[in-house]
Amino acid sequence: MKSMMPACALSMLLSPVALAATIAMDDQSQIKIPPVSGHGPEYFQPPLESELPDNAYGKMVKDGYALFVDTKRQAPQFVGNGLNCTNCHLDQGRMANSAPLWGAYPMYPAYRKKNDKVNTFAERLQGCFQFSMNGGTPPAADSREITALSVYAYWLSTKAPVGVELPGRGYPDVAQPTGGYDLARGAAVYKDQCAICHGDNGQGQKVGADYVMPPLWGKESYNWGAGMHRINTAASFIKHNMPLGKANSLSDEQAWDVAAYINTHERPQDPRLVEGSVEKTRLKYHANDGVNAYGQTLNGVLIGVGTQ
Amino acid sequence: MPVCRVPLLIGCDSVGIPLRSIRLIFFRPKLITIMGWVMIPLNRALLGGVVLLTLNSVQAQTSANIYLQGGAQPGALACVACHGADGMGLAPAGFPRLAGISADYLSKQLHDFQSGKRVSPVMQPLAKALTDDEIALVTQAITAMPAPPVPPINRSSMPEGVGETLALRGAWDRQIPECVSCHGPGGAGVGSAFPPLANQPALYLVAQLNAWRDGSRKNDPNDLMGHIAKAMSEDEVKAVAEYFSTVGHKEVAP
Repeated sequence: MKSMMPACALSMLLSPVALAATIAMDDQSQIKIPPVSGHGPEYFQPPLESELPDNAYGKMVKDGYALFVDTKRQAPQFVGNGLNCTNCHLDQGRMANSAPLWGAYPMYPAYRKKNDKVNTFAERLQGCFQFSMNGGTPPAADSREITALSVYAYWLSTKAPVGVELPGRGYPDVAQPTGGYDLARGAAVYKDQCAICHGDNGQGQKVGADYVMPPLWGKESYNWGAGMHRINTAASFIKHNMPLGKANSLSDEQAWDVAAYINTHERPQDPRLVEGSVEKTRLKYHANDGVNAYGQTLNGVLIGVGTQ
Repeated sequence: MPVCRVPLLIGCDSVGIPLRSIRLIFFRPKLITIMGWVMIPLNRALLGGVVLLTLNSVQAQTSANIYLQGGAQPGALACVACHGADGMGLAPAGFPRLAGISADYLSKQLHDFQSGKRVSPVMQPLAKALTDDEIALVTQAITAMPAPPVPPINRSSMPEGVGETLALRGAWDRQIPECVSCHGPGGAGVGSAFPPLANQPALYLVAQLNAWRDGSRKNDPNDLMGHIAKAMSEDEVKAVAEYFSTVGHKEVAP
């Protein structure tokens, strides 16, 4: 990790790095969503906490909720980094354009090119644990964790239509600016807008042992197999959700620049690593997966070697 | 007659008030309101002592002494007078808790008082009378004062009431994040930019939120707090201030 830093800093001085173009994928690995302008559309309204029934179901919803917002502490054996689900799904998984659970749950089971099979919602959640939470072997499909999270997602989807792509699902696409992205500009955006919460080195901030602001790179962040490692996905998330409470305040270009800056830093290895080879892993899993820096060489330094 | 540059509690932040008039004001028993802050006379003996110490220029350049005795220059009053020997402030007067707060945060506030980026008729003249070295020393002393324990109430807790709901759930329809998302579990404070809310006097929190709402406080980075406060209702301001002012005491109750 440390040895990467001077290289990344150096790269900021150089011209924009052109990486792979976005690949259309008709599956649930990368959701294709048309861009939305502002806050115009009426979004699906999930039920209110006050409407929860006082019974075993309501109790399970609350358990799933607690897991969702406090994942690291509530399921420590399945979280290998410093993240909680809600870091990437704001407002407890309720908010439109922040990959709300009510936008995801009714779309499963679904085919995902990521693992080339039809996935149940439970398998989709296991993917979150394996990649975004860098958690090693994920909780079993019938575990307390997957059950409670599924119940929570189901409850948020109350009265949502099944198999319908609702407005506000996922992170609406932010098209790559025509001039591409620029790591030096991204570093400047990061310093001005992000570092106050996420730290100068993307390390996040803690109170005691617990992260309050999530780490964005390094060994405590999402791994190279997580969807957020794609620059296009991170740019869309950032544009619609960051800085916290100031959604849509960055320009498309700023969102892409800073997403590229974040996602050219080293992070935990892709757990699907093929025969110990970054290049083989890139070819199999990353060459066709949106815009990402995995396996690319930046100023002579290979990206994707992983953190220890 | 000695001249005392004492802004103190009575809001006479112009300099050159004769000592006699200070004494007179100290002994007025009634409440005085300045800029929405309720000012009440403090322990008279203590204040009298502080004033005398200041006038006699008993200045030792140690950090603890600046807190207890003030800075070297006239008007650099002792912090202890308003913020208390334990740094816990004075809740009925709305004087904030300082104990355990990040030295960087405190230093920024004092420099902002100096430059006018943060407005306070009480603190501005006082901060202007402090040197940079004194600010560095006194903020280190304050950050070392023990902070009261804060129960780690985070977002997994089920909130009750308007204040706790805003603290743990936010109001995302208005882009208001959960307070604890930035200020930490229980409002314990995070790093040098997000000060503790826990155990701050409700009056202080209300005054600050209202200052952000009306634009008279704007020294936060990137308007992070300002735009949130402007989205809050008056009832929410009161409720959330009440919540954090007592959050440290809640769990010890049976």
